[in-house]
Amino acid sequence: MDAGFDFTVIWDNMAHFMIGRYPSGPIGGVLLTFYLAVVSLVLSFFGGLILGLMCVSRNRVIKYPILAIVNAVRGMPLLMVIFWMYFLLPALMGRPTPESWTVIMALTLFTSAYMSQIVQAGIEGISKGQTEAALSTGLHHWQAMLFIILPQGLRNMIPSFVNQFVSMIKDTSLAFIVGVSELTHVATQVNNRTMIYPTEIFLFIAVVYFIICFAFTSLSRWLEQRLAWRK
Amino acid sequence: MFDYKFDWAIVTSGQYFEWLVSGVKVTLELSAVSIALSFVIGLLIAVMRMSNMKPILWFSHAYLEFFRNTPLLVQIFFWYFGSYKILPQGINDWLNARDFEFAAAVIALTIYTSAFIAEDIRSGVRSIPKEQMEAARSSGFSYLRSMQYIILPQAIRITIPPLINQFLNLTKNSSLAMTIGVAELTYQARQVESYTFKGFEAFTAATLVYIAISVIITGLVTLYSKKVLSPMGVR
Repeated sequence: MDAGFDFTVIWDNMAHFMIGRYPSGPIGGVLLTFYLAVVSLVLSFFGGLILGLMCVSRNRVIKYPILAIVNAVRGMPLLMVIFWMYFLLPALMGRPTPESWTVIMALTLFTSAYMSQIVQAGIEGISKGQTEAALSTGLHHWQAMLFIILPQGLRNMIPSFVNQFVSMIKDTSLAFIVGVSELTHVATQVNNRTMIYPTEIFLFIAVVYFIICFAFTSLSRWLEQRLAWRK
Repeated sequence: MFDYKFDWAIVTSGQYFEWLVSGVKVTLELSAVSIALSFVIGLLIAVMRMSNMKPILWFSHAYLEFFRNTPLLVQIFFWYFGSYKILPQGINDWLNARDFEFAAAVIALTIYTSAFIAEDIRSGVRSIPKEQMEAARSSGFSYLRSMQYIILPQAIRITIPPLINQFLNLTKNSSLAMTIGVAELTYQARQVESYTFKGFEAFTAATLVYIAISVIITGLVTLYSKKVLSPMGVR
């Protein structure tokens, strides 16, 4: 056991942990973590919706290739997806991609695959009678899906989306690997600079992540009760 | 990229192939050890989470919430860089004399996954009707024995698919061990990339291995659900 803890290192670097080198440099720390998570969440909401709808499509030419892609992505570690983006994005775009976009794209692809499963389950959870009723009133199949099934399904999906957001916040820590200075990266920087306070630093950022994620986990539980259909 | 020359031979034979194979071996070892430990600890936490004693309940609740709501990477860094201040000197020396990177990865993966496993087991147990416990208690089993002989054997059967999914997640998550220098599959793929500039081939090989593991295991779970759970009337 070492000589005890010294948390002054945390207070001295608090601004760095929270906003990075902003305003004299780019944003970082908790702020960047939020930025990465929110942007990726919005993108993967639409990505997941589109992939999910394709997965329940009655057109086999759409359904099976998309299912294969979704399952392939779900079979990969997120770290692998990040490395793929790191190599492929610049090659596809023909110019260097900012690291933060590499991470956002990787998180979006990865989470869209998981979101599509939530969307699929949400759609399948709506009773068949609803589709039949919609179709018999003369709606087209896609209209029935868009105006009748999806709005009801989305409501059921909200808690799962919030849970995905929690995973997303945790997953942004992997941005560390390509040098994006979000909270985990800032922590390793401070740790490299100060050398002797790793326990304090990593404990501190664990608590920061915990506070953020626990708030959203609680929100998702509350929503789950709040949004449950009253029978 | 389109004038890129593919050279698949480097990942299908020779020195780099051996690196990747040794990476697969380390990934499997790391996963196997962590899976076994996280199952045991997860089971323990799940039982604690259902106990009637307040301190045990609080401890297990805090454990679950804390480790589920912190990134695995941060936990890995914590155990790797920071654990020397909280572990007794004897344990530190013992760990340092061995493969400390591997041990830190095992500890982090185990604790992280055990929290998820505990939740899965708990929901499995909750799906067993209460009367089973009451019947067991009234025929004279103690709480722990009723758990052991009546509730858990039924709950585990239902919990197997989500459990195996957690094991699969653990195997994928083991890729994070590369950040502290455990030479598992992702680490080796990156190593091949830096030695040869053949990132595309190296990452394709590693990705295929991960997907193969996942496809095999998912297939087994589906088969299990069809053959074992459906006849039991479990959806």
